[in-house]
Amino acid sequence: MSATTAATPGAPEAAERTRALLTGADPARRRKDRAMTVLVYGAFLLAIAPLVSLVWTVVVRGAERFDGYFLLNSMRGVFGGMDAGGAYHAILGTVLITLGAAVISVPIGILVAIYLVEYGRGALARSVTFFVDVMTGIPSIVAGLFAYALFSLLLGPGVRAGIIGSIALSVLMIPVVVRSSEEMLKLVPNELREASYALGVPKWLTIVRVVLRTSVAGLTTGVMLAIARVIGETAPLLIVAGVSDSINSNLFDGRMMTLPVYVYRQFSQGLVPCRPDQADCIADINYQRAWAAALTLILIVMLLNLVGRLVTRLFAPKLR
Amino acid sequence: MTSTVTSPDTEPAAPRPPRRRRTRAADRGVNRVFRWVATGSGVVILAVLAAVAIFLVVQALPAITASSDELGGAVNRFGEGESLLGFTGPLVFGTLLAAALALVLATPVAVGIALFISHYAPRRLASALGYVVDLLAAVPSVVFGLWGFLVLGQNVLKPIWAWLGDVAGWFPLFSGQVSATGKNLATVAVVLAVMILPIITAVCREVFLQTPRLHEEAALALGATRWEVVRTAVLPFGRSGIVSAAMLGLGRALGETMAVLMILSPGFLYSFKILAAGQQQTIAAYIAADFPEASGLGVNTLIATGLALFVITLAVNMFARWIVARRKDFSGAN
Repeated sequence: MSATTAATPGAPEAAERTRALLTGADPARRRKDRAMTVLVYGAFLLAIAPLVSLVWTVVVRGAERFDGYFLLNSMRGVFGGMDAGGAYHAILGTVLITLGAAVISVPIGILVAIYLVEYGRGALARSVTFFVDVMTGIPSIVAGLFAYALFSLLLGPGVRAGIIGSIALSVLMIPVVVRSSEEMLKLVPNELREASYALGVPKWLTIVRVVLRTSVAGLTTGVMLAIARVIGETAPLLIVAGVSDSINSNLFDGRMMTLPVYVYRQFSQGLVPCRPDQADCIADINYQRAWAAALTLILIVMLLNLVGRLVTRLFAPKLR
Repeated sequence: MTSTVTSPDTEPAAPRPPRRRRTRAADRGVNRVFRWVATGSGVVILAVLAAVAIFLVVQALPAITASSDELGGAVNRFGEGESLLGFTGPLVFGTLLAAALALVLATPVAVGIALFISHYAPRRLASALGYVVDLLAAVPSVVFGLWGFLVLGQNVLKPIWAWLGDVAGWFPLFSGQVSATGKNLATVAVVLAVMILPIITAVCREVFLQTPRLHEEAALALGATRWEVVRTAVLPFGRSGIVSAAMLGLGRALGETMAVLMILSPGFLYSFKILAAGQQQTIAAYIAADFPEASGLGVNTLIATGLALFVITLAVNMFARWIVARRKDFSGAN
C-alpha cells in the first residue's frame, strides 16, 4: 500500500494522459464501433425472427389437427372438404424409407470413416475425403433422379417403390454419416490403440473392441443427426416413391407416401371450394392437414436431435 | 528341464521373421479381410459418385441426341424448333438468379450472426445460440416452403413488394407488374436466404473462432475498438472462410427444390423482373413439378436438365472445397 502511495506523485498525470489517449480517441471511431455493434445485434435479431415465427406458426396451426385420429388414420376414401383423414400412411412410409436408407448408409458410412481414420493413406484416402465433401453438396433432387435412372434401367421406366426412395436418401446420408463418424473416431486417443497393440490384439479387433467401443456414443449421435437430416427430404421421394392415399407397408412394391410429400401434397391441393349448404365442408382442410403433418415432422426431427445429443451426454466414456 | 519349459514359449517366436516383415505377417486372415472391407467401402463412395454421373448421362443421352421435333412432341413446354440447350438456358438462368439473390441477402446477415456468436455475445449465450442456429438447419425444406408462402409471403413480404414496386419500379429488377399473390422470385429468394443462413453462419463461426488470439490482443493493445479488432484481425483472417461458406450456401440454394416449387409461379423467360409472377423457373423445381406427368423422352429431358444442375453444383462445391483446402495449407504458417 505504502509502495503505491510512494509511487503516485508523478503517476496520476501520466495515467490521466494515457487514459485520455486511449478512451478519448476519435469520436468518429467510437460512433463507428457503436454502429457496427448495433448492426451485428440487428443481424442476429433478424435471423432469430424467422425461426421464432416458423416454430410458433407450425405449433399453433399444427396443434389444431394434431391428435390421435390424425396420427392413426390414412387418407383413403377422403375427398373434398371432408372433416377426416390423417397421416398414418405417410408416417409409416417415412419410418420405413428412412430405416431402409439408414440400413444402407450406416454400415457403409462407418466403414468409410474407419478406412479414413485407421487405414487411409495416400491418393485414395485423399480423393475419398474430397469426394465425400463433394457428395455432401449433391442436390437432393439429383439424388432422386439418380435412383430413378438406376431402377428404370433395371426394372423398366415408370417404376415407383419405397426402396428407390431409400437408395436416393442413402446417397444423401452416407457423406453425412462419414463426416460425423470420422470426427468421432479421430477423438479416440492413440494411447488406447497402442495399449491394445501392446497386448498383442490384432488391428481389426482393436478397431472393433476398442476404437468403436470408445466412440459408440458419438457414432450414435452422428447417425441420429444424419437421420434427422434426411427424414425431411421431399424432392427425391416426390419423384421416386410417388404419392399415395393408402397404407403401403411393402418397401419393395408400389407407391409409398411420406410425411414431407404429404405436407407438399396437401399444400398443393389448396383451398376446397365449399357450397354454403355443406355443413361438414371445411375450406382450408388441406392447409390444416399440411400444418399438422409439418408439426409431426418437426417433432420427429427435434426428437432425433434431442436424443442424439442426450446419447452423447449420457453415454460418452470419460476420457482424460 | 528348463529348456523344455521355455521351448513352448520361444518356439512360436523362433520362426517369426524380423521386425520389418512382422507387420506384413500380421496382415493375414480376418485382419486382411477387415482392411479390404474398409478400403472397399472407401472405393464404394467413389463408385457411387461415378454412378450418379454415369446413370444421369446415360439417361440424358436420348434427350441430348433427339431432334427438336421429337422433343417438342414429348415435352409440352418445348417451343417450335428449339434446341435442348435453348430450352435449358432459361432454367439455368432462373436457378442462378434465385441462388445469387439468396446469397446476396444471406451472406452479410450470416457474417453478422457469426460475429455476434464468436465475438459479441456472452460466452454462455453464444453456445446456446450456436445450438439454435443448428436447429434452424434441421428444419425440413418443405416446412420452410409452407411457412414461406402462407406466413412470410402473404403477411410480411407482399406489402413490401407492392411498396417496392411503387417506389422503385423504374429499377429494372423491380419493374413489371407486381405479383398480387406474392408468388414471385423475390419471395423465393428471401425464403432461400433464410434456409442457407444456418450453413453460412456455422462455417463462418468456426473460422472466426480460429482467429489467432495474439492478433486480436495486438489490435486491442494498439487501442483498437471492438469493431476495429474485427475489421483488422478477424475479417482478414476469415476472408477465404467466408467465401467458401458462401459457396456452400450457394450450392445448397442452387439445388433447393421444395421452397421454389411451393412458392414460385413459373415462367420460362430470361427475365430480371423479380417482383412479377410467371417469369422464371429453377431446374430443381421444374423437375419436381413435371416429373410425375412425364414419360418416355420427357423423362430423359428432365434428367438432362438435372445433369446440368448436377454439373453446376459440383463445380460450385469443388471450388468451395478448393478454397478451404488452400487456406488449410496457409494456416499452418500462422
